[in-house]
Amino acid sequence: MSAFLDIYSAAAIPEIILAVYAMAALIWGAFSKGEGADSGILWTTALILLGLGAWLAVAPPGSRSAFGGLFIDDGVSRFSKVLILVSSALVLVLSHDYFRRERQLKYEFPVLAALSVVGMMTMVSAGDLMSMYMGIELQSLSLYVLAAFNRDSARSSEAGLKYFVLGALSSGLLLYGASLAYGFAGTTSFVGIAQAIEAGGVSLGMLFALAFMAAGLAFKVSAAPFHMWTPDVYEGAPTPVTAFFATAPKVAAMVLFTRLLLEAFGDASGDWRQILVFLSVASMFIGAIAAIGQRDIKRLMAYSSIAHMGFALMGICAGTKQGVDAMLLYIAIYLTMNIGTFAFILSMRRNGAPVTDIGALNMYSRQSPLRALALLLLLFSLAGIVPLVGFFAKFYVFRAALDAGMIWLVVAGGIASVIGAFYYLRIVYFMYFGVEQEHLDSEFPKFGTLALVASAALMLVGAVNLFGVPEIASAATSAWFAE
Amino acid sequence: MENLLSIVVFTPLIAALIMAAFLRGEDKAAELNVKRLAFVASMATFAASLFILAGFDPDDTGFQFVEEHSWLPGLKYKMGVDGISVLFVLLTTFLMPVTMLACWNVTHRIKEFMIAFLVLETFMVGVFCALDLVLFYLFFEAGLIPMFLIIGIWGGKERIYASFKFFLYTLLGSILMLVAMIYLWLDAGTTDIAELLNHTVRHDDIAFWGWRIAGGVQTMLWLAFFASFAVKLPMWPVHTWLPDAHVQAPTGGSVILAAILLKMGGYGFLRFSLPMFPVASDILAPFVMWLSVVAIIYTSLVAMMQEDMKKLIAYSSVAHMGFVTIGIFAANRQGVDGAIFQMLSHGFISGALFLCVGVIYDRMKSRRIDDYGGLVVRMPAYALVFMIFTLANVGLPGTSGFVGEFLTLAGAFQKSTWIAFFAATGVVLSAAYALWLFRRVVFGDLVKEALGAIGDMERREKWVFAPLVAMVIALGVYPSLVTDIIGPSVQQLVEHVAESPGMTARLSGK
Repeated sequence: MSAFLDIYSAAAIPEIILAVYAMAALIWGAFSKGEGADSGILWTTALILLGLGAWLAVAPPGSRSAFGGLFIDDGVSRFSKVLILVSSALVLVLSHDYFRRERQLKYEFPVLAALSVVGMMTMVSAGDLMSMYMGIELQSLSLYVLAAFNRDSARSSEAGLKYFVLGALSSGLLLYGASLAYGFAGTTSFVGIAQAIEAGGVSLGMLFALAFMAAGLAFKVSAAPFHMWTPDVYEGAPTPVTAFFATAPKVAAMVLFTRLLLEAFGDASGDWRQILVFLSVASMFIGAIAAIGQRDIKRLMAYSSIAHMGFALMGICAGTKQGVDAMLLYIAIYLTMNIGTFAFILSMRRNGAPVTDIGALNMYSRQSPLRALALLLLLFSLAGIVPLVGFFAKFYVFRAALDAGMIWLVVAGGIASVIGAFYYLRIVYFMYFGVEQEHLDSEFPKFGTLALVASAALMLVGAVNLFGVPEIASAATSAWFAE
Repeated sequence: MENLLSIVVFTPLIAALIMAAFLRGEDKAAELNVKRLAFVASMATFAASLFILAGFDPDDTGFQFVEEHSWLPGLKYKMGVDGISVLFVLLTTFLMPVTMLACWNVTHRIKEFMIAFLVLETFMVGVFCALDLVLFYLFFEAGLIPMFLIIGIWGGKERIYASFKFFLYTLLGSILMLVAMIYLWLDAGTTDIAELLNHTVRHDDIAFWGWRIAGGVQTMLWLAFFASFAVKLPMWPVHTWLPDAHVQAPTGGSVILAAILLKMGGYGFLRFSLPMFPVASDILAPFVMWLSVVAIIYTSLVAMMQEDMKKLIAYSSVAHMGFVTIGIFAANRQGVDGAIFQMLSHGFISGALFLCVGVIYDRMKSRRIDDYGGLVVRMPAYALVFMIFTLANVGLPGTSGFVGEFLTLAGAFQKSTWIAFFAATGVVLSAAYALWLFRRVVFGDLVKEALGAIGDMERREKWVFAPLVAMVIALGVYPSLVTDIIGPSVQQLVEHVAESPGMTARLSGK
């Protein structure tokens, strides 16, 4: 048994542990009754995710692979796995209070979240079209169910169905692209595809494969023009699920996208760069402009995430080491900001019922100066205003793109970020300049406040040295660009 | 004392944090504590900045009090001042306690108000000390957040519109500058401003979609920086955010906006545009100068027709900043000396004028010129102070306003007679609107019934104006106070520009 593990799957032990745990938790949940067990499973899952995250964070550097190259364990995958695990754990912790108050605390939520995390971890480690697709499907199927988690609500069911139909379509596109790539390269491994392109150039079939796969993955990162599902799903899904959607899956899809483009289609960068530039510009502008009219904070965050993915894609457009470093940094900062913001959104209640209208924040600064200030910092950071950390995220992708000679992309990004600043400012306007009206409930969960204030403090203090994350990201990608 | 600059920059921020963390309560005693702490902190900052002045050696044209630490990858935390920036640091630290004192009557959320001002002070002083591109950008832009809140929370009726316009307008300008800064970083391989001053950006013409761009890359970068500084300064025709912001901002906000935030634009031209892109500056100097001439004449005429006092002073600020840009891009000793002098003097004068409006606004809650008249009867001391600053704004010899305008015009004259000629008409126009304002508000009979009980300035208000009056007259009578300190650095700047690669050819070609 141990020999089997050593030879084939040592690199995938964290995934195996998590998958086994998820199945065990499912049985535990099914055979126990009462809210106590549901809570217990949620906390245990969060702890296990955190533990695995900590383990991977201190894991020795270097690259390994398992299952004959299907599964790669390298710096980038470890970096993104830590992000995925820690952010998922935090979202689980934050969701506890919300679900308990809504009487929706069910053990399926942590179990499904854990399974989708296994999928995401497989995605960022995929070294082959097969494992790529397997990871994506495991992640997506769990997420479809999660979107419809509040099954008594028509909106939630609608969100789940919409997500499923459109997600299935995008998976179809991806699969079609993958089959073309297999047909023209004769192999499904990323390395093999790269060798085929190096030897025979980019054939027409390969171009089609590239375009279809890019479209499918753009759907997964919710980049425009494949973003249509995002606002509806974000709005309809229960808020903790929205928080989950906005964080970990983005990392997984983004890193997978990067790996596919750079490892498999690295020599075809001239061909995919145009696609990526288009995705990036369209996302930044659609995210910025469409958010202006939104009054529902979850929809607003959906458009915000579309815009942010546009900026992160800019790093991939550059296609250089700097670009990938900047993209990883961007994602890490984006996660921190979003967890803080969603910690706040999860706790927005009036008379005991959740509210998502930004008008409800009128003069919130009077009611709760500390939380209002924390949210203000997060919003300015999301807008990319100095001296907050969100600025440095944009700054480094801009730099990478400029270094790759894409000056117009950077100018477009700058203009989009100014347009985008407007809607973040509008929330600040409600909180600080608005008119007095019925307040939000002053009761606020402890973890919510803690996460909100901590992430706001990170935004501020991070300007000192960004906690060394740029160096860590740079070390993580060094293996990719060794040659 | 090798980290004196950091002490000056971060003292207000630390005070703001202490205030946010420890001062509680809404009653009178708590409010007084807040105000006292803010005032003491800004005075302490001013006192610390006096050490900079004491230790500053004007004959050394390099950067002094330099501090350097590594920061993010590729960036440095580097601070330092030279003759061009040192007096702006002092202007800021000098005006902050004055402004705090002037805002003593603010009652609405006083704690947040003072915190916003202290944070703003850190960013403003930081702008003039930063010697790293990104650090400069950080301070330059970060000031937007507190100023947005100051206008939006404590402003007048149209404050929401004004605060959003202020924020987005300036942000758009700055984003282009950020792109240019990153380009400059990649081009020179460093973000250290001291090293960038000796870096030459390519200036051979380039073709762009069939257009030939003289000065090439330098011109493009110059324009990107210009987008930011021209909005900040502000220059015509991108000045429209300024009257809105000024009118809606509370008195203290207007003072800081006019006296210091606008100067960041002029400082930016001196620190970046002129020395780093000398060829582009030379190519585009006529463009800037004619824009400035339009600004001087057009905004002076607009100022004349205003019914709102703050708006009038705001337009007059745009006109006076026109002299600054003319002086800077004349790129000779008198011009640049004059531009710096004009900025410092305008800091005192316009700040004081906004405070003057604040004094009567506090009493009558109106800024309309028509609501006043004959104030001299009830407020003789106020009339005197207002007169001094009105005359200084006009540029009467003996006040600091005269020296700045005279020097910039002298500088412009060497460059182009016509520009100097048209700019000089601004002096006449400024006399027209400023004196007319003064006549309508202060002179005449006191016929408005509402004004019957208006009281003269109290002791606190006199203390607010005393240092400003002293500075305006001292600089007007003895301008060497300033020119001795800035002179060697300006001389070095002018020579650097004239001798930079590409410029010698252009100068001899003429």
